[in-house]
Amino acid sequence: MNGSPFTLLERNSVSVVMLKVMAALIPAIIAHAWFFGPGIWVSLLVCSVFAIGLETLMLLMRGRPLGPFLKDGSVLVTAWLLALSLPTLAPWWLYAVGMIFSVVVAKHLYGGLGQNLFNPAMVGYAALIVSFPMYMTQWPGPIGVAVQSINLGEAFDLVFAGQGSVSVDAFTSATALDTWKTQARLGKPVADILVMPAFGWAGGRGQELVSLMYLLGGLLLLGNRLITWHIPAAFLGGVAFTAWGLHLLDPGQHAGPLFHLLSGGVMLGAFFIATDPVTAASTPRGKLIYAGMAGLITVLIRNFGGYPDGVAFSILLMNVAAPFIDTYTQPRVFGHKTSDQAGGRKDTA
Amino acid sequence: MSQPRKLHNFPGGVHPAGHKAESNASPIRPMPLLPRYVVPLRQHIGTPARPLVQVGDRVLKGQMIGAAEGYVSTAVHAPTSGKVTAIEPRAVPHPSGLFDEAIVIEADGEDRSIGMQPLDWRTLDPSALRNRIREMGLAGLGGAVFPSYIKLNPGASRNGASPIHTLILNGAECEPWITCDDRLMRERATQMLEGARIMGHMLGARTVIVGVEDNKPEAIAALTKALSEAEADDIEIVTVPTCYPGGGGKQLAYTLTGVEVPTGGLSTDVGIQVFNVGTAFSLYQAVMHGEPLISRVVTVTGHVGTPGNFEARVGTPISDLLAAAGGSLEGASGEIIGGPMMGFDLMDLAAPVTKAVNCVLVKSPALFPPKPEALPCIRCGACARACPVELQPFEMYWFSRARDFGKAQGYNLFDCIECGCCSFVCPSHIPLVDYYRFAKSEIWEREREKQSSDQARTRHEFKTYRLEREKQEKADKFAKAAAETKAKASTAETGDDPEAAKKKAILEAALARAAKAKEEMTAAGLKPRNVENLPPRVEQEIAEIEARRGTAVADTEAEMPKVDQ
Ligand code: SF4
Ligand code: SF4
Repeated sequence: MNGSPFTLLERNSVSVVMLKVMAALIPAIIAHAWFFGPGIWVSLLVCSVFAIGLETLMLLMRGRPLGPFLKDGSVLVTAWLLALSLPTLAPWWLYAVGMIFSVVVAKHLYGGLGQNLFNPAMVGYAALIVSFPMYMTQWPGPIGVAVQSINLGEAFDLVFAGQGSVSVDAFTSATALDTWKTQARLGKPVADILVMPAFGWAGGRGQELVSLMYLLGGLLLLGNRLITWHIPAAFLGGVAFTAWGLHLLDPGQHAGPLFHLLSGGVMLGAFFIATDPVTAASTPRGKLIYAGMAGLITVLIRNFGGYPDGVAFSILLMNVAAPFIDTYTQPRVFGHKTSDQAGGRKDTA
Repeated sequence: MSQPRKLHNFPGGVHPAGHKAESNASPIRPMPLLPRYVVPLRQHIGTPARPLVQVGDRVLKGQMIGAAEGYVSTAVHAPTSGKVTAIEPRAVPHPSGLFDEAIVIEADGEDRSIGMQPLDWRTLDPSALRNRIREMGLAGLGGAVFPSYIKLNPGASRNGASPIHTLILNGAECEPWITCDDRLMRERATQMLEGARIMGHMLGARTVIVGVEDNKPEAIAALTKALSEAEADDIEIVTVPTCYPGGGGKQLAYTLTGVEVPTGGLSTDVGIQVFNVGTAFSLYQAVMHGEPLISRVVTVTGHVGTPGNFEARVGTPISDLLAAAGGSLEGASGEIIGGPMMGFDLMDLAAPVTKAVNCVLVKSPALFPPKPEALPCIRCGACARACPVELQPFEMYWFSRARDFGKAQGYNLFDCIECGCCSFVCPSHIPLVDYYRFAKSEIWEREREKQSSDQARTRHEFKTYRLEREKQEKADKFAKAAAETKAKASTAETGDDPEAAKKKAILEAALARAAKAKEEMTAAGLKPRNVENLPPRVEQEIAEIEARRGTAVADTEAEMPKVDQ
């Protein structure tokens, strides 16, 4: 089979799509390095190397051609997303375990590129936070908060030698989400929480600007038509709306919408993770439902669940529902009467 | 003339590189007279024409050599004067590459024509006019080649008004590379508009619109000028945005009127009829000059010496056409019939130009690089955003690939117009349309199989039923006969009359022969007549007749006197 069309959209391929996604992440990576030190470069590098190694290994084991599949770049996007979700300065094997869950379990055991049900990066993240909650708190504090600031050499040292000449505790601090959660539980007044060093003008100190850079990157993706507005808008809307509702009910226990939007992984999730086309819902209405629900669950986990951030779990949960949502939100086909489609598409066979 | 008409954007669509400049600059070039033409009998959608000539016959240019056969059919004509040298299967431009019946004409070089009579379309009875159009071989020149006379029938009119309110002339020509309609509009705008008027008159359309994509400003200018010279404003010239597949009938109708043609329906269902601009020109030629459809404009472009547009007679071998365009250049890698989005590979250069051929596009590896290897679908949705029918191409692909054709159909596979937009944009380079063509053909195949197996089953069931019944009747008859014999034996003497014995023997032999013949037939599974592939209603009728006949035979046999065991 090799019929029409005889012509394809020039310079359009999976590799190009993936490269553009990675390019859109760069502003946030720079901001992260600026506020939290060069550790992010180390974790990006380590995750990338593991990713390519594991991908090659899996392709060889599955008897797939290496060239086209390695070139597609999808595994690097996974590596970067995981690296950006994990605390930098964690020991190297933590990244390795995360990448094994992402690449081997979530991707290749499900059949490789395009076949996975769950977002690979989020599977890696979830596996780590469930298995190694301790290490998952080793976030470097923003400049001016941590006792010491770190240089690139020290970062490498920490990641590979672990507790060598320098102690990781000197560089890490609780994130804003964590802080809010513990302090609010202790009954501390909001006004007193918000002036703690973990907080900036809106979200976590430093993180708020990183979040804005994710937003910028997301707008680049939108401008390049790599994603549609539905998922980010619905996700952010879901987060804001839920946070706002809870905040109204009890401002002491629950932070406001702006704080939620600009802390933790919400912006990264809205533009780069929930939008992963393989695992998200794909119809326009489906995307709204899918991402809106994910936003809602994110805030619920943050406020009532056992984990500081809920982005990964909410997206994984909605991944399961995506095919179902798609089935019931098929768009009306051109020339079909609206009434034909009421109640969703009939499932033949 | 720019328009007050409000335009509507159809969903999806893509913007492939136009490549119109290669062939739209020079005027339409007439092809020189060739020594030989090959005129296929099947050039339109529907039944092929029935040949009217025999090998050895002399024909004149414009003479009908194949007559329309059945409802959906049109005639074909001799492209020049000469002699019929063969009527046989020849290569034709068709995706299957199969040969098809064609009339081969050796030109005598004189190009003598039959007398052509213009038609008085304003006074002629509409159905007579349509018949003449059918005899002149008019069919849609946009590629679908539907017989024009059918489309020119406004159909049953309620309350006296025509059900067709809008006639659209399709000058969108949205496929890349093709420019034949563009040139035609530039050079023959006046005639084309006159053709449109005739169409409008026949259809009783109140609005006549010519839709032209905005990448053809010269054509728009020429049409506008022709309209103002005629001092008429009965036709709207409307510029539509360039977007493939904006020239699809349903897409153009939507762009111009905002009316969606219902799925599975025709635009006429919503009062709109769409004709290609080339068809309007041919209609003008047919009506005003009595000239049957024996030539059309064909774009020859791509990797050839001098790309351009040629007025080629129907039957012109494509190899000759290519030669006229300077021949394929070094490194050519094949030819596409039609445009790059929906065209197909030409299998044989000996195939002739037919009414359906609007473009011969010569490929080269530089112009059409080999497609990169396909990667798995990443569900990016680019295909769905590009689909003008708002389908979910990746779902249809998934199920077609898994051979779950029922599910693929559930995603409205049969609404797919095979425009190729989805394949065009797919970053994984998946040949999506190929999968849909495959799935559709499989579904049709299964449908056919199912039908024939249904028929076979009914046939078998009926046969068993009949055999059973015959057996039963025979048994009854024997019982009856035995009873009668017994009764007779008891009442009267059965004298050994030699005459009676002889008669009885003859009768018995005849019966045995008949029974044997019948048995042989049933054993071979034969039926007395050709009853293959009949509609179920007819099948049932036959079954009833057979049943009646069965009883009748049994009855006569029962009346036969005294057949002893
Ligand atoms: S464009 Fe290709 S990769 Fe993207 S969803 Fe469609 S089929 Fe899949
Ligand atoms: S080929 Fe079919 S599925 Fe693909 S874009 Fe065209 S109509 Fe849609």
